[in-house]
Amino acid sequence: MTNAPVVPATAAIDVATARRRIRPARIIGGTLILIVVLSVIWFLVSNERFEWDVVAEYLFNPSVLLGLGMSLVLTVVCMVLGSILGTMLAAGQLSDFWPVKAASIAFVGVFRGIPPLVQLIFWFNLAYLLPRITVGVPFGPEFFSWSTNDLITPLTAAIIGLSLHEAAYMAEIVRAGMLSVDQGQHDAASAMGFSRWHTFSRIVLPQAMRVIIPPTGSQVIALLKGTSLVSVIAMGDLLHAVQVIYNRTYEVVPMLIVAVIWYLVVVTVLTLIQRRVEQHFGRGAARDGMRRPARRAKEAN
Amino acid sequence: MHEASGMIALPDTEKPPVLEVTGLRKHFGDQVALDGVDLKVYEGEVVAVLGPSGSGKSTLVRCIDQLESIDGGAMFLDGELLGYEQSHGHLRPLADAARKRQQRRMSMVFQQFNLFPHWTVLRNITEAPMVVHGATPAEARERAMELLRRVGLEDKANAYPRHLSGGQQQRVAIARSAAVDPRILLFDEPTSSLDPELVDEVLQTIKKLASTGRTMVVVTHELEFARNVADRCVFMAAGRVIEDRPAEDFFEDPRSERLRTFLARSSRSPREVSG
Repeated sequence: MTNAPVVPATAAIDVATARRRIRPARIIGGTLILIVVLSVIWFLVSNERFEWDVVAEYLFNPSVLLGLGMSLVLTVVCMVLGSILGTMLAAGQLSDFWPVKAASIAFVGVFRGIPPLVQLIFWFNLAYLLPRITVGVPFGPEFFSWSTNDLITPLTAAIIGLSLHEAAYMAEIVRAGMLSVDQGQHDAASAMGFSRWHTFSRIVLPQAMRVIIPPTGSQVIALLKGTSLVSVIAMGDLLHAVQVIYNRTYEVVPMLIVAVIWYLVVVTVLTLIQRRVEQHFGRGAARDGMRRPARRAKEAN
Repeated sequence: MHEASGMIALPDTEKPPVLEVTGLRKHFGDQVALDGVDLKVYEGEVVAVLGPSGSGKSTLVRCIDQLESIDGGAMFLDGELLGYEQSHGHLRPLADAARKRQQRRMSMVFQQFNLFPHWTVLRNITEAPMVVHGATPAEARERAMELLRRVGLEDKANAYPRHLSGGQQQRVAIARSAAVDPRILLFDEPTSSLDPELVDEVLQTIKKLASTGRTMVVVTHELEFARNVADRCVFMAAGRVIEDRPAEDFFEDPRSERLRTFLARSSRSPREVSG
């Protein structure tokens, strides 16, 4: 028990005159954080090995921007393909037809289990296992045939590897989202006579989105960073672009800083987009009345 | 309400029934939910289904609306076998599209309302008429607004379900079900998840709807409501129909011991349905 001095009851007391409470732990904690932040800034500014002039020189270098563009394109393409395939796999995992269910579960198990770096190298070297890719009747006539080495370039290997990896993760995310929608919604949709597609696309998926969006945002960010893996198969992404430069100039640290800056910029933009998308799919949810009254009033008109 | 006064449609038992259920059986694992249920519902008739919890009454309406598969017996809507067809010498389940076509001729009001929470009240009501029944947006909207007026919620057209009370949500759900002009309207304990003070507004809404000559099957615990609104009452216990009588006889002259016990036990706290 602390014995706080008792304030005698008088009419002269008015808490409006009270000052802020003194909290020693916060003063100490705040000071420590300030010291750490200042040290980091001092380290970044004073350490000449960062070579900020080199960073500035190469930040908008055309080959760096080209690499950044390639990383972004890969992220978008693999995310789109991965989401489509992942949604199909999620539906497959929830199917009541067991061969489809088993195949979907096996696919997710395999492609979620193999590290993406291993997958990339594997797809890039597909020609070793499968010299020609043919379209035809199994064990019967062939209609088309290509040399695998003509089809598998760094780009196609990267797209296949990252998309399949992404699809396996998205399948689990979409499945969790679909399971989060109340069975009553399925009943109501069915009772209204909506088709399966209408029920899925207009009723289940929009409600599942509230569960799907946050982990999907993390997946996009993970995929963007994951594109740096493709530099091992000589694909010209952002990391590969700065590597090519520092292999020539030996300015390793400043070039990596260039890549770091661009990754952080893109991730920040993606995070902001994710917040907006989350708000959009929060319609009709419990908290929108409290958090966005202005928006709701607008929708009501 | 502007229905012609005094013109309460009487059930027409001359014509074949709108809905006929014969020997319906349904089990969940080892648990028998329906054990040979027979039921006929005629045009314009309001049938109340009563019975203790677990008697199978909810399962019955869910089976009728094709929300549950059935394990035996048969159901006919306007003489058409529900859910199955004769194909290649055997009865086989209908294809999805054909089953949907049958479901579109019925509609259902759920215990938990099951409004679509991401849509406004208006869209909840207009979606099925537009998407499923081919109404134009203007027609669907006009009809929805008329129904909302009837359930007393025309000022809530642009609200989201979350912002309505339970009673208001259920009235919207009733309007949504009526909007598709179903041959038969099914109610699965429509007031069971409502706070007591909200029950009456929902019962009044159902009563109004009943007076317009719609064919309805209402699973309920509200004895007074059943007595005042239903033409016929069905008492179920342990998955069977124990009594199926005109409402008046049902309450005044219960034949089975089980129904007598049920009525005695349930009417300890009667609820008045005014009007």
